[in-house]
Amino acid sequence: MMTLKDMNPGQQGVVISIGEKGPMRRRLMDMGVTPGISIKVIKVAPLGDPIEVNIRGYELSLRKTEAENIQMKV
Amino acid sequence: MAFTIALAGNPNSGKTTLFNELTGAKQHVGNWPGVTVDKKEGIYKKDRETNILDLPGTYSLSPYSAEEVIARDYIVKEKPDAVIDIVDGTNIERNLYLTLQIAETKIPMVVAINMMDEVEAQGDNIDFKKLSEFLGVAVIPIVARNGKGIDELMDAAVKAAKNQTSAKKLDMFDENILSATKAIYEVLVDSEVGSGQTRAVSAELEWKAIKLVENDEIVLGTISEGQKSEIEAILKEAEKHADGDLEARVADLRYKFISKIVSQSVKKNKTVHVETKSDKLDKILTNRILALPIFAVIMYLLFAITFSENFLFVEGLLSPGMWLAGLAEDLWAAFGDFIGGLIENASPMLQSLVMDGIIEGLGAIIGFIPLVWVLYILISFLEDCGYMARIAFVMDRIFRRFGLSGRSFIPLLMGFGCGVPAIMATRTLDTEKDRRITTIITGFMPCGAKLPIFAMFVSTFFAGSNKTLVTYSLYMLSIVVAIVVSLLLNKFLYKSEASNFVMELPRYRVPTLKSIGIHGWEKVKGFAVKAGTIIFISTILIWGLSNFNMDSFNGVNAENNEDGSIMSEMDDSFLASIGSAVAPVFKPLGFGEWRPTVGVATGWIAKEMVVVTMAQLYDDDVSPEYLEEYFRQYDAEELEELGFEDGIYDEEAAFDIYAEGILWEGADENALPSMKNDIKTKAAAYSYMVFNLLCMPCFAAVGATKRELKTWSRTGGAVGIQMLTAYVVAFIVYTVGNVIS
Repeated sequence: MMTLKDMNPGQQGVVISIGEKGPMRRRLMDMGVTPGISIKVIKVAPLGDPIEVNIRGYELSLRKTEAENIQMKV
Repeated sequence: MAFTIALAGNPNSGKTTLFNELTGAKQHVGNWPGVTVDKKEGIYKKDRETNILDLPGTYSLSPYSAEEVIARDYIVKEKPDAVIDIVDGTNIERNLYLTLQIAETKIPMVVAINMMDEVEAQGDNIDFKKLSEFLGVAVIPIVARNGKGIDELMDAAVKAAKNQTSAKKLDMFDENILSATKAIYEVLVDSEVGSGQTRAVSAELEWKAIKLVENDEIVLGTISEGQKSEIEAILKEAEKHADGDLEARVADLRYKFISKIVSQSVKKNKTVHVETKSDKLDKILTNRILALPIFAVIMYLLFAITFSENFLFVEGLLSPGMWLAGLAEDLWAAFGDFIGGLIENASPMLQSLVMDGIIEGLGAIIGFIPLVWVLYILISFLEDCGYMARIAFVMDRIFRRFGLSGRSFIPLLMGFGCGVPAIMATRTLDTEKDRRITTIITGFMPCGAKLPIFAMFVSTFFAGSNKTLVTYSLYMLSIVVAIVVSLLLNKFLYKSEASNFVMELPRYRVPTLKSIGIHGWEKVKGFAVKAGTIIFISTILIWGLSNFNMDSFNGVNAENNEDGSIMSEMDDSFLASIGSAVAPVFKPLGFGEWRPTVGVATGWIAKEMVVVTMAQLYDDDVSPEYLEEYFRQYDAEELEELGFEDGIYDEEAAFDIYAEGILWEGADENALPSMKNDIKTKAAAYSYMVFNLLCMPCFAAVGATKRELKTWSRTGGAVGIQMLTAYVVAFIVYTVGNVIS
């Protein structure tokens, strides 16, 4: 299964599920990361982490450890 | 009628701009009880009866950050007369998520769609009437930056407050969730018998029911044990019908509902993600190769504009910050001279109190004000234009290891110039944990005022060594200590707070001058008033202790002093007695004598005072003869420049000028060999420098700390941690140093 962490800049995919219950997942969902939504990876930060994605028309940044929990379908 | 209207909205939605536009510069910044989050209040410019309250910017009303809890507690418990929900029109989907949550509270509300100029420039079209029909409340287009639509917005808000117009029941949840909510509501209602089923009560219970479905721990905590089991049974049943994940389903349905509204009321010019101007700029600013060099240049400029004495590498050119600080100090000195002239004939004690106590004490604040102001204007600019979020994005990788966010870089960097604006810059950090830890470790940074201490000690004790290397090692040590303390605080004090980095990268925007101006002014005012009080009182206290002793009050001093003053010399003062009593504490650090101890204490007035005090206390070899000899190298013109009146050598003035001279003289002129009587080894000298580097910063910085941490207990805790760190590190340095040599 692919996660958001595995995606390369420019790639686009659809969210399947978002990891374990808890504050972090809640935060992701509040920011609009919900199952079925399309996410496009924009870039990786110069030091290799975090990543920047485009979701629901705005730019969101998150760490790779957080992106790892988001299951994607490309 | 007087109304209170609260502003709610996402960060970067233009909330602060709107608040400034509504209230003008007449704001009151306080704090929410118990947390380091600003509470901003103001009066509506056009109707003095209407109060405006700026809630913290949040993305939702989940209880996962201090800001969110404040915003929702205020809305649900304090119940403002109306809420203005500000929505960024260029990012309407995510912004409406908060709108729906506010709507659920049934508080009277209006929705302001901001950034309409950008929306129109993009060629998008928003049907406000339709949106208003969906939500059941007024929807007003505005451009907060230029005030467009704001009068209409306020009219609508006052109308909503008068008529108690809250959002209608929104049809967003599925059968399963609706029935679960209803069942929980019934359970809650049963316990509320007697409170009279008013509209407000039932609205609050409905809100609670929804929050319980969302697995909200805070609301769950308010439920009695008996109800809890009933509610948990309902939730368990409902989970089964939601693929075992009710919480995700609620969020999902909210966003689905938003998609439905948006698809019917917003016509986007371009439906796929296209590159905007902001994206193009971002490609350069966070480019893989260019990002760090650009970041370094911007940080250098930030530092240089505030603190540099050789601005843009031009020898002797003061930066705007330093120039203004110098100007303020000169004006203050002129004012001091004027006051000094007025009380020329007063008693020496009154003169000393006014000149050395009050004028000097207030002077300590005056010099900082321009620095705070300049730095704050620059930081507000970075914040408002959107670059601050990119700093966090670029630096996160490094700072995460220390348990901080990339934004902590700015306060720490500023700490190399001056701790006061640095500590005030912690306000821009995202979480309370980051703010507190950064405030504490900023105190460890080797600010400009600590340099003379290093210069003096390195010259005296390390004359034969590589002096630059010794000073450099202290810089490195401060950074290492900051990292270790941050890690320890993360591990032991704030371990429960999970850190995450799910952060919006807002569009780049040109900030409005007005917003930045008000921001900078707020900072300066807050510092001058709140921190100023602490600085003032502490300075007078130290002045009193260092100028009086028991004999001041039994007439002995008055008899002995030629001028009849009851004051004492510093080496005979209360401070000296206290120093002697406290000195043994520093024995394990290698400087357990009273003079170094007093030096530490006067360093709290301003760190460079350590040098002045040491020069005063160790004046044995600075005899009048020595001074006369020393100043003979200067001619009359130079003497006048040094501060001698009319260029004539004066024994009394000579000592002060010599002592101060240690601050500006270069190289070995700084040495004060008689210190070696008390501080016997290199290890002890290094330990003394380390202690002064790390212990409580000056009172001005403590005042700034108090302003940021809000409570005395937290400020005391921060100072305690700094003292403990200084003691432990100095002890290790001294012990290891002794072993090596």
